[in-house]
Amino acid sequence: MLVLPTKTIRTPTLPLKGRGSSDDQTTPGIRRDPAWRTRVFWFLAAIVIAWPMLIATEFKPWELVEGNSLKSTLKFLGDFFPPKIESSFLLMVARETWRTVAIATAGIAIALVVAIPLTLISVRVLSISGLTGRMNAWPASVRYVTRALMIVLRSVPELIWALVFVRVVGLGPTAGVLAIALTYGGMLGKVYAEILESGEAHATTSLLRNGSGRLQAFFYGLLPQNAAEITSYTVYRWECAIRSSAVLGFVGAGGLGQQMDTSMKMFNGSEVATMLLVFMALVWLADYASAWLRRSLA
Amino acid sequence: MSANLNRPTSGAQAALQVSPRLPPRLFDARCKACWFVFGLILLTIASLATLDLQFAKFFSADSMQRMGKFIAELLRPTADTAFLKKLLIAAFETLSMSALGTLIAAGFGLLLALPASKTHDTDRARWRGVTRIVLNALRSIPELVWASLLLIAAGLGPFAGTLALALHTTGVLGRLFAEAIENAPQTAAFALRTRGVGEGRVFLYATLPQVLPQLMSYTLYRWENNIRAAAVLGVVGAGGLGQMLAFHMGLFQMPETSSILIAMMLLVAMVDVASYLSRRLMQR
Repeated sequence: MLVLPTKTIRTPTLPLKGRGSSDDQTTPGIRRDPAWRTRVFWFLAAIVIAWPMLIATEFKPWELVEGNSLKSTLKFLGDFFPPKIESSFLLMVARETWRTVAIATAGIAIALVVAIPLTLISVRVLSISGLTGRMNAWPASVRYVTRALMIVLRSVPELIWALVFVRVVGLGPTAGVLAIALTYGGMLGKVYAEILESGEAHATTSLLRNGSGRLQAFFYGLLPQNAAEITSYTVYRWECAIRSSAVLGFVGAGGLGQQMDTSMKMFNGSEVATMLLVFMALVWLADYASAWLRRSLA
Repeated sequence: MSANLNRPTSGAQAALQVSPRLPPRLFDARCKACWFVFGLILLTIASLATLDLQFAKFFSADSMQRMGKFIAELLRPTADTAFLKKLLIAAFETLSMSALGTLIAAGFGLLLALPASKTHDTDRARWRGVTRIVLNALRSIPELVWASLLLIAAGLGPFAGTLALALHTTGVLGRLFAEAIENAPQTAAFALRTRGVGEGRVFLYATLPQVLPQLMSYTLYRWENNIRAAAVLGVVGAGGLGQMLAFHMGLFQMPETSSILIAMMLLVAMVDVASYLSRRLMQR
């Protein structure tokens, strides 16, 4: 066994012939897998846990290949090719794509208006009473409440905000913009505060100790230190907002998603195919643009 | 004066010394930031200008009143026992959808990650490009879009939602898994390969044990995301809490809607707490 045949060394990926039987001969009486008991136990446990879940989700894959549903699926998929490329339709898709981007951008812009004041209020580094030991009760509670507000804004998914706003302002991009503004306002505010507090606080505290105002300390101490990280996070969130603004259309908040929803409800495969391709291109472009921007900002 | 005396006086060299004082070009690296900000402002103005945003209507007295009424109605959740039982079942359905979707995605993600990764130098990995395109396509379509596409094939209900989560997550996990496999330490795999062990067994006995903890943590992280996604997925009719929400909101049954919203937020908060606690537990 110690002397390896040279043939196997020269061609490393060639499997040894008859290795199963030779293993059994060299190690008689030893089980091949010493952990098989644990493996079997965990496999059975997984089945026991997964069983009620399979029932709860009505997991019936065979229904996918049943006559009727298979026929309608195949018909819908068959419509996918060729994708619809009529010029008037393409123009409409282009307009809706721009609206999707615009909803995301406007949403992020308003989210910044929400997030920046919340961040400034909630950052602990900018506390003056916090310079000497513990923060006073009043500023501490204000910061606590602001944080709680941001968590609430963030924890309601944008789709739910959109559903609520569609009820109030009706179908259209306003609901989408507001939904993105609220969710992303909370998200950006929370992460900004975390970024600002994670850095070195020395410059900021010395400014504060020497009598500068809090805004001055923010603009000259805290912000320059963390500007790159904050910008790159914002760009990343803008990319996410484009993806989610396309999804928001499905509840009637305008943009590409709304058109896609309409086409799907009419079983128009060729229109859906075009819009899916455009959507994938949009996501890819936003991904690329945001990666490029973040790289060049770093 | 003394500085002037030391300076060389030839014309060409003087020009060389002057040239750095020219202002930077517009597309210079130094001014990237101003161009970035300029483009951003332009994009924002264009967005706000082209969308027919009805903020006047939104902030009008009429819609404020409607909003107020809506919120007042939302603040009175129902606590009817029969309804709460239904809610509990829907919450379990949401959890099951996310768990099964993630499990299926982890399996298929691993299967697709194998051809999508180049494991050693002589590996030609001829399926790498194609598999990566498939994974990217799966990943770039959001769960909700998958769900509404799958409604045609799988019908209304949680099964469509499970498949939608599985498809999107397969794309995400497949790519992460492929990267983990490519970045795994090569020594053990190399030792087996030199002895002529086949690729399948090299993966099972050398690569997989090394990357398994990483794969597990990716899967758990995606599960956490998927619970959040599954809660809202039902809005298009794909089961769980979301489907109940869309149903009761469509019928303007506000007490029920309110209870569902509270259940959703509780579910998400519980996931957040569980993930925070488990992360702290693992760090110790």
